[in-house]
Amino acid sequence: MTGTRSLLIALVLASVTAMTLDLHHDSGSPLDPVRSVLGEALGPAEAAAAAAARPFDAVPDWFDSRSDLREDVARLTAENADLRQQVETSGVDRNRLAEYDGLATAARTSGRTLVPARVIAIGPAQSFTRTVTIDAGRDAGVRPDQTVLNGDGLVGRVLRVTATSATVLLALDSRSVVGARVGSSMEVGFLSGRGVVGDDGRFDLELVDDTAAPAKGDVVVTWGSRGGAPYASGVPIGTVTQVFASLRDSSRRAVVEPYVDFTALDVVGVVVPSSTDSDRSLVRADGSMR
Amino acid sequence: MRAGRLAVVSVTVLIALVLQASLLPPFSWRGIVPDFCLLVVVAAGLAKDARFAMLVGFGTGLLLDLAPPADHAAGRWALAFVLVGFVAGSARQDQPPARSSLAAIIGVCSVVGGSVFALTGLLLGESALGVTGSLGVVLVAAVLDVVVGLLVVPPLVRLFDRADPVPVAA
Repeated sequence: MTGTRSLLIALVLASVTAMTLDLHHDSGSPLDPVRSVLGEALGPAEAAAAAAARPFDAVPDWFDSRSDLREDVARLTAENADLRQQVETSGVDRNRLAEYDGLATAARTSGRTLVPARVIAIGPAQSFTRTVTIDAGRDAGVRPDQTVLNGDGLVGRVLRVTATSATVLLALDSRSVVGARVGSSMEVGFLSGRGVVGDDGRFDLELVDDTAAPAKGDVVVTWGSRGGAPYASGVPIGTVTQVFASLRDSSRRAVVEPYVDFTALDVVGVVVPSSTDSDRSLVRADGSMR
Repeated sequence: MRAGRLAVVSVTVLIALVLQASLLPPFSWRGIVPDFCLLVVVAAGLAKDARFAMLVGFGTGLLLDLAPPADHAAGRWALAFVLVGFVAGSARQDQPPARSSLAAIIGVCSVVGGSVFALTGLLLGESALGVTGSLGVVLVAAVLDVVVGLLVVPPLVRLFDRADPVPVAA
């Protein structure tokens, strides 16, 4: 038992040491090399697993339709499920095509060059950080602090890259702060995530000018950083759904509902300089793939 | 024999990690998925003893901390899983646990692991979800872990047992 206890203490101390080492974010963590090695090794495995899982994306929907079908004639159930499977998978393909189309449109309307990528791994909510892995990395021209978007709007920014994959911090993460501009008044402010994805995933917007009140339904876009890093300007984020006035600090806070469905992320685009060398076709500003 | 068990456990942990990150998200509830890695650590504790489970927990946790898409201070899951290993190993009895006590062990382990991880996040200032928000996530995760664990843990325990039959203590 004493052996168990000393091992417990040793391992707890080792964990705390790892945390202490890793928190030196300023000069780069000493554990970053290990991170990137693991990323290189696990990226292909995650990509393969995600590819295997994709046809089953629609499975939760089958259960809904199945329970409806039970009320129908039992004899037809088997045949129906079979047909339904074909329909659902073709639906997935069609949706994917629509997402690529959306991405091409996003590149055309914004005059940006995008690296197309797919989400291959999603961090569990138990980790309390909202991050995903995408299957484009250094070889595809992706670098840290680049904007990630999809056909609907802003998704997040790139945190770190390996050769074949990149980790993306979703804009909804509680540590994510995005410079934002209200479309109707051009007022600027800061948009922070609440750390919750799903139907009630929202941003909080605080405007720099206290007197400017955003109105319900106003469109919020990114303000843009110098050199377009980490956020390119003019990417749609969401619409204002509620406005609160706080008497205490005389500021106004608005709640913004995102355009992007963060629970169903698949095809995304990373905004890169137009001269980027990439191992895949880039989506150009004129909507062409080159 | 030790090498054989180490290989079996390592492969299981890697598979659990990839499944959890890439295969499960479509089936998640608000992003919460069953924690396969935690279940592997619990199975290690039930198959062997606390020392073994703590070592497996430390390795698994560190892997979970460093593998993408994780983005938090490394060592947080490691610390949580070391304690999970300790709890699971201490709960081990000579005969396999009944279904109800297995559910209780998994539930306790999941809550311990989840709350230790959430607490370190609050201490290090990495989590902005607050205590109540975190607690909700931890409890939902525990329910999912128990449901999936009842299916997954017994075969895992048998697998680890077979990799290295434990001699009955003299």
